[in-house]
Amino acid sequence: MATAAVPLELPQLTQDELSRYSRHLILPEVGEEGQRKLKAARVLCVGTGGLGSPLAFYLAAAGVGTLGLVDFDVVDASNLQRQIIHTTADIGRKKLDSAEEKLKALNPNLHVVKHDTMLSSANALDILKDYDVIADGTDNFPTRYLVNDACVLLGKPNAYGSIFRFEGQASVFAAENGPCYRCLYPEPPPPGLVPSCAEGGVLGILPGLVGVIQATETIKLILGIGSPLVGRLLLVDALNMRFRELKLRKNPECPVCGDHPTVTSLIDYDQFCGIAPAAKQEPALKNGIPQMSVTELKRRRDAGEDLFILDVREPFEYQIANIGGTLIPQGQVPQRLNEIDRNREIVVQCKSGGRSQRIAEFLRQSGYTKVVNLAGGILAWADEIDPTVKKY
Amino acid sequence: MTIFIPTPLRQFAGGKDSVDVVAGTVNAALDELTRNFPDLRRHLFTGEGKLRAFVNVYLNDEDVRYLPQKEATAVSTSDTLSIVPSIAGGR
Repeated sequence: MATAAVPLELPQLTQDELSRYSRHLILPEVGEEGQRKLKAARVLCVGTGGLGSPLAFYLAAAGVGTLGLVDFDVVDASNLQRQIIHTTADIGRKKLDSAEEKLKALNPNLHVVKHDTMLSSANALDILKDYDVIADGTDNFPTRYLVNDACVLLGKPNAYGSIFRFEGQASVFAAENGPCYRCLYPEPPPPGLVPSCAEGGVLGILPGLVGVIQATETIKLILGIGSPLVGRLLLVDALNMRFRELKLRKNPECPVCGDHPTVTSLIDYDQFCGIAPAAKQEPALKNGIPQMSVTELKRRRDAGEDLFILDVREPFEYQIANIGGTLIPQGQVPQRLNEIDRNREIVVQCKSGGRSQRIAEFLRQSGYTKVVNLAGGILAWADEIDPTVKKY
Repeated sequence: MTIFIPTPLRQFAGGKDSVDVVAGTVNAALDELTRNFPDLRRHLFTGEGKLRAFVNVYLNDEDVRYLPQKEATAVSTSDTLSIVPSIAGGR
């Protein structure tokens, strides 16, 4: 029978807890000892959204002693169709803070640990190691694989649930002698094939169904009762209200949990899922023209460097907002090259970086060697350097 | 036999959630399915004709990968095939 590791010395229940959990105490499958196991248990909820909402609520209600919450997101109106732990008043607020408030209102005995971060290969082992059960309520493939691998490496069971439109899956991975997520899906789908909830839509009630199944499995693992979904994949079809069960086998050749594992530490999961790293900065060179960021321009101007800022916008634009550049509208540049000193470093600037790039290329072709383009233009300057500069 | 089509693939199967085919083995059933719905082929199989690693096929409740004859396993009219792709939604 699959169980989660709980300490040998179980905490006592207070008088308040004895009354609060009376309906558990009178159940033979729970009893006082079971309730004390719940109090001693530490569960990590990865994600406090669709799945995380019912999951965290029911674990808190059941008397789980410590709930860790991982989420870096902020409540948005479109979440409220299903993320019932958050309310309209929470829009704009950090999900972690909103969730903590509701969970403690439901059960003040609960100890909440907030992990205000995105789970990554750099921090996952460190965060997960202090918990007994991990409940995965995330919404993307790289994190699914990350949580799975971390659970296998640490020996922690993973109460898994996932949803798409009106179908859900649930299982318990990484239990002792049980399969892991990679036994079921050795490889992720190519990016873009399976849309997220934002792209594909989701029936609001669905994470409610599946999240409570995850909570149920978590509680069974802590108490060591019933038959958890180890080696079983539960398929939920909400539209037809059909529940089907498929057998999951542990793959002896699984790279993470098999007999001869080849994955013995966390990898780059974005790369594994075929997701190219997000370009944090503009490319350094575009068509042979070096790109300068607005931050770099400010730094060099403040340092007193002799830069010639060539503003190639129209006069009416210059009237609205400018950063003190010399105005030569783009159409006039070829006739006014004598006003642009070849020996100085020229920073070409426009509204957002497009026109200036073309003029920079033209200048280079005309023999100018010290030309750079101001990436993002005056809009980037207004966003990042000086908000008093008007955007238009 | 009935083949259950999962939600992410229904758009390639004329929107159906299940398709009935007449076939003697798992392979033949999948061939018949992709003959009727050619768009499904590239989502289920690689260029070399192997089942994609993120798609699992179950004969009733058993993963075909673990059956002794795998995709060559014989099927009857009362059997079902389930195509179970990975989904990741949680929020």
